[in-house]
Amino acid sequence: MYDAGKVILGIVVFLALVTFPLWYNLAGDASVAAPDLEKAEGTQCVEDAEWMRGHHMDLLDDWRDEVVRDGERYFVGPDGQRMEKSLSNTCLSCHVNKDKFCDRCHNYMSVDPYCWDCHVIPKEVM
Amino acid sequence: MGIDRRKFFKVSGLTALGLAGGSVSKVFSRETPYGDSVQTRTWGTEPPKGPLTAQRWAMVIDLRKCHEQPDCNDCVAACHSTHNVPDWGNPKDEVKWIWKESFEHAFHDQEHPYQQESLKYLPALVLCNHCDNPPCVRVCPTGATWKRDKDGIVMMDWHRCIGCRYCVVACPYGSRSFNWRDPRPKIQKIEPDFPTRSRGVVEKCTFCEERLARGMLPACVEACKYGAMHFGDLEDADSNVRKLLSERYTIRRKPGLGTNPEVYYIV
Repeated sequence: MYDAGKVILGIVVFLALVTFPLWYNLAGDASVAAPDLEKAEGTQCVEDAEWMRGHHMDLLDDWRDEVVRDGERYFVGPDGQRMEKSLSNTCLSCHVNKDKFCDRCHNYMSVDPYCWDCHVIPKEVM
Repeated sequence: MGIDRRKFFKVSGLTALGLAGGSVSKVFSRETPYGDSVQTRTWGTEPPKGPLTAQRWAMVIDLRKCHEQPDCNDCVAACHSTHNVPDWGNPKDEVKWIWKESFEHAFHDQEHPYQQESLKYLPALVLCNHCDNPPCVRVCPTGATWKRDKDGIVMMDWHRCIGCRYCVVACPYGSRSFNWRDPRPKIQKIEPDFPTRSRGVVEKCTFCEERLARGMLPACVEACKYGAMHFGDLEDADSNVRKLLSERYTIRRKPGLGTNPEVYYIV
């Protein structure tokens, strides 16, 4: 290999530059505190909180298809209570403040779901 | 002899490919987030108490009763407020689910120059015909509109609509409207029980399937205080619509096209 020194040095500099954000964050403790989410008003969510934290988006996707495509509008919750599969009417009836619950975490995670382009936030309408 | 340059490039190239391939496939394979819990979950499929069901929903509109009340707009107002239909105030952006059309426009293949005066100028109520052979469904590339097997309603899934407007072109009745702009600012009072639509989505009448599921008649039928609109099961020989159809002379819009519309008019 010709100019091995220069080539290897180049590779090292390149890798250092590319991975710079990782080193920088490790060194400078760039962590952001997890958002403080508002407590829900109800006592019982449709699934346990830990599961919901990771999978509520999949649950909502499933609900969406089941309601719109299959016309299955109701489900039985863990405590045997029958509830409507509805973001606006079921979820937001306990999580009354979308901005202090949904938005805070979505901002923290830097995700931008477009549910509310169409689905109504009851509080804002009333 | 050690490794030569040619071999070094070959090996390093293959290694890089392998590494990249591994991580790329991980990105594209969407692992299902559910554990086993989803199978044991108790999804309820039973309908609420007293949903309205039918084998084939159909509507009969008595135009003569409409003609006696030329200023009545109750059905249109009820429908549009129930479903958060925006009022743009101009025909270019107009979004409509049910509206009035002149007889010669609504039934242009069934009118003639010497038509009864009362028919000629007085408007006919028109809405999605929920055709048995819906051309809009045939052209939809995403399955965002489809005919429901259980009761024949031509449904809309606004989540899947990509706004290509094939259906708008395919529908021979002009029943479909496109949201050229965000409709929210033009909705007078947002009804919290029903979603609005977003920009770039097609919408139309759904025979109030969300109300039927809760055991209520369509909003227009409920709002009509003159009994001009009838809604019932076409497959049930004793139903109100079958009775009307067997007793009265009824017409449909553009029957020659073979779409088999399911809104009938008593003239």
